[in-house]
Amino acid sequence: MLATGILLFPGINRERDMAIAVEQSFGRAPRVIWHKETDLSGLDLIIIPGGFSFGDYLRCGAMAAQSPVMQAVKTHAARGGYVLGVCNGFQILTESGLLPGALLRNAGLRFLSMDTTLSVERNDTIFTSHYQKGQVFRAPMAHGDGNYTADPATLDRLEGEGLVAFRYADENRNGSARAIAGIYSPNHRILGLMPHPEDLVDPLMGGTDGKPLFDSLAAA
Amino acid sequence: MKPSGAERADIMVNAVLAKSFGLNAEEYAKVLTIMGRTPSFTELGIFSVMWSEHCSYKSSRVWLKTLPTKAPWVIHGPGENAGVIDIGENLAAIFKMESHNHPSFIEPYQGAATGVGGILRDVFTMGARPIANLNALRFGDPKLPVTKRVVDGVVRGIGGYGNCVGVPTVGGEVNFHPAYNGNPLVNAMTVGIAAQDKIFLSAAAGIGNPVVYVGSKTGRDGIHGATMASTEFDANTAEKRPTVQVGDPFTEKLLIEACLELMQTDAIVAIQDMGAAGLTSSSVEMAGKGGVGIELNLDNVPQRETGMSAYEMMLSESQERMLLVLKPERSEMARAIIEKWDLDYAIIGKITNTGRIVITHKGVVEADIELAPLSDEAPLYHRPYTSAAKPAPLGETQDPVGFEAALLKLMACPDIASRRWIFDQYDSTVGGQTIKRPAQADAAIVRLEGTNRALAITTDCTPRYCAADAEAGGAQAVAEAWRNITATGALPLAVTDNMNFGNPEKPEIMGQFVDAIKGMAAACTALAFPVVSGNVSLYNETEGKGILPTPAIGAVGVIEDASRATGLAIAPGQQLILIGDTKGALGQSLWLREILGREDGAPPEVNLLNERENGDFVREHILNGTVHACHDLSDGGLAVALVEMALAGGTGLTLHPAPAHIPAHAYWFGEDQARYVLAVSNPTAILTAAHAAGIQARHIGHAGGNNLTLTGANPISLTTLRDAHEGFFPNWFA
Amino acid sequence: MKAIVTVMLKDGVLDPQGKAIGHALNNLGFAQVGDVRAGKIIELTLSETDPVAAKVAAEDMAQKLLANMVIESFKVEISA
Repeated sequence: MLATGILLFPGINRERDMAIAVEQSFGRAPRVIWHKETDLSGLDLIIIPGGFSFGDYLRCGAMAAQSPVMQAVKTHAARGGYVLGVCNGFQILTESGLLPGALLRNAGLRFLSMDTTLSVERNDTIFTSHYQKGQVFRAPMAHGDGNYTADPATLDRLEGEGLVAFRYADENRNGSARAIAGIYSPNHRILGLMPHPEDLVDPLMGGTDGKPLFDSLAAA
Repeated sequence: MKPSGAERADIMVNAVLAKSFGLNAEEYAKVLTIMGRTPSFTELGIFSVMWSEHCSYKSSRVWLKTLPTKAPWVIHGPGENAGVIDIGENLAAIFKMESHNHPSFIEPYQGAATGVGGILRDVFTMGARPIANLNALRFGDPKLPVTKRVVDGVVRGIGGYGNCVGVPTVGGEVNFHPAYNGNPLVNAMTVGIAAQDKIFLSAAAGIGNPVVYVGSKTGRDGIHGATMASTEFDANTAEKRPTVQVGDPFTEKLLIEACLELMQTDAIVAIQDMGAAGLTSSSVEMAGKGGVGIELNLDNVPQRETGMSAYEMMLSESQERMLLVLKPERSEMARAIIEKWDLDYAIIGKITNTGRIVITHKGVVEADIELAPLSDEAPLYHRPYTSAAKPAPLGETQDPVGFEAALLKLMACPDIASRRWIFDQYDSTVGGQTIKRPAQADAAIVRLEGTNRALAITTDCTPRYCAADAEAGGAQAVAEAWRNITATGALPLAVTDNMNFGNPEKPEIMGQFVDAIKGMAAACTALAFPVVSGNVSLYNETEGKGILPTPAIGAVGVIEDASRATGLAIAPGQQLILIGDTKGALGQSLWLREILGREDGAPPEVNLLNERENGDFVREHILNGTVHACHDLSDGGLAVALVEMALAGGTGLTLHPAPAHIPAHAYWFGEDQARYVLAVSNPTAILTAAHAAGIQARHIGHAGGNNLTLTGANPISLTTLRDAHEGFFPNWFA
Repeated sequence: MKAIVTVMLKDGVLDPQGKAIGHALNNLGFAQVGDVRAGKIIELTLSETDPVAAKVAAEDMAQKLLANMVIESFKVEISA
């Protein structure tokens, strides 16, 4: 079982949702790591949850990307560690350079909170083994800045090298380039995505479409 | 001690100045008697805000006392920062609704945002983690450009604040009427959860205990906001813009986490947020409730701006601030927790045994007031009131357009059209406990983390009923809230009220207030639904014209088995049962307004006995598993409710024709109360059970197909209905 | 000494906010408005007294935090 830690920056607000989803699949609560900590030794998977780190006041994720713990995350990533960033976590990963591109304001300039559907581009990664390739699943989204952008060469590279993790399957509401909802690092050990699989892991909350992502990680 | 009044020594304190602060001649004379001398500038400021309508409830207090506030499950009723009720498993729900009407007209985004922030603080200051936000909104005529600007700003403000603090916005309501053209209503409600043995109150205690300031720094924001909230708008309102406060949801989030962490220790003796009238009301109320005195040294107040006077600091309404009384030996531990969250922590005074509030600034005493008379002798008015004559019943009406045209028009009208455009801008899922999101059920359902229980939460009021008959309207608002909770299967427990009215100095407006309270009190009593918290917003008028009387009701219920919570969505094959008596009440209905262009007649009768019996029957059958979907009947009547259920489930309907004894349009669109539509598998069983219980019930059709099919009318496709229903807001903001 | 850092989206990066502002201005009758770009200005009060050193420091800050070089460009002006 992957030893898992969830990063907590001031202003993060989906850490509880994420911890519940992780615990449900892993049978074990993740460690919560305060942003001033720098020792991530012993951890296999670092999760950066959603929210508004530091109020997202300069740019979403910009200030969190400069925090002490993110230096440690870079080291963790460099030695092949796993990283999952969701929503603000994805923004922090792009701001810190661990994933390419950037998340701009939604094309319609409004916050978008609704269920979206994602298509699984590949199921041979540690994050997606419990999905089928091409499977379309539902996930809530809740963001003001989810409009993925990168220069055309980067987009071509992401597509060419199989680094697109998920695409918006029905409607590309936030205007993301090539409908990209989530991407991998070249070694497929870092995943960033905008929607929230962690908020759909319980039939009571409307479904379990997000659960296979956590089951995949639990099986790793 | 006579304060030196070092600051603003250039300004003469007299009745003229007092008047400009909102104190009338009689009130100022009382100040002079209490003080035994001319007050200093700062003292006058303190009196003016403490005696404002907003803080003193001077026009409403005598009537608010007539509301029922007790029940075995009520832990703390009105008088605390928010109401507290027992919801089982040693948990308490803590909740309140509060208005931010005036600020939201001046600056819609910040007005609404700080409204959300303020009500959150009222709830977490008592030890609760906020788990849900709702908002009851009333706007002017959608044809006016200003309305569009206000709607856009308010919705962005609510989302901007609520999304960032990470509390899901799960429900609310929106109405439009020209009476709100210059005075929109923004009523925000927060529900939080605490352990019953970890509830924090505001009464200060412990002579010598430190008084601690926590949160954002103080600036010159919102000075005299409390008095502004208590005066009518006039043409010069725009000049008041600089006093608008700006919200900082990030700091609020830190404040929530820091306070909840501190509350896990035994450091806190008392705690209160700095809301309206900021440092003044929090310090005066904490010391007053505890029967102690308080000394503040303003030199130690964290300040954002330079050169602030005592008066400015005492009246500032800078947001995201709390005042605490701590155990002295826990002070440094508390500092470490607060500073871990990057918030200011400052000891700014101490509790004394003098019964006085003494304010020092730069070595000078700026205010020294005996606390008891400041609260005990606050003005209390028995305002004269006249009740409006009861409206004449609506006579017979003819249907000029037919079923299909009326239905499509109603589904698309601003008061019924889908609110999706609004709630799609609110994060409704953060926290991972939202079982029923906006528009999925009559009340929002939020599970209590780690349990099988959930809360059902709603806000309700039908202002056009209140305008026609405030007593019936007040009762209807409570009954509809009770019904909405019942329709999910939850047991309604208690109410918070947000009384929005015009100028109480006008007897006819005061009459609306009094009558609404009477109706609410009757309904709360009949439905065992006590009022545990509330807020009054008066002087909601623009250029002398009052708003519709709007006693907005926020309500909370509990469902022990969250998996039983029932929503609107029906599925093909389910049978539809109408519960309750249908007379075809079209007085003050939306059909009358939208189709005939009339706003007259008497609102529907509220029969509280029927409400109770019908509701208890419905809840019982939801909880025993026989009901698959349920919707209460309200605006637009039976036909609108059925279409909403069909759209939620994505299935068509086949309906039986209207019974012969009621005109068809009155049957389909009448707004008779105490009614529900249930979707069941076995219609005979439920009809038999209803008959045995003496409940009126009728089999009205079934779900299936892709059309609404009514004998003798053209089928209407679900797509047509959906387009009509979903169009209004997106088209307006396209 | 003050440093004024102006941060703009790079040319070629879609600026929906600028587009919306332009649209609104056109609707208000300002037909002469064509392309609109929206950015932000960050005003820094520095203890530095040497303008050259102040500029170097502010540019460093802009590259590290104030601007996201993937999508934004910046300009620094120093004033007394």
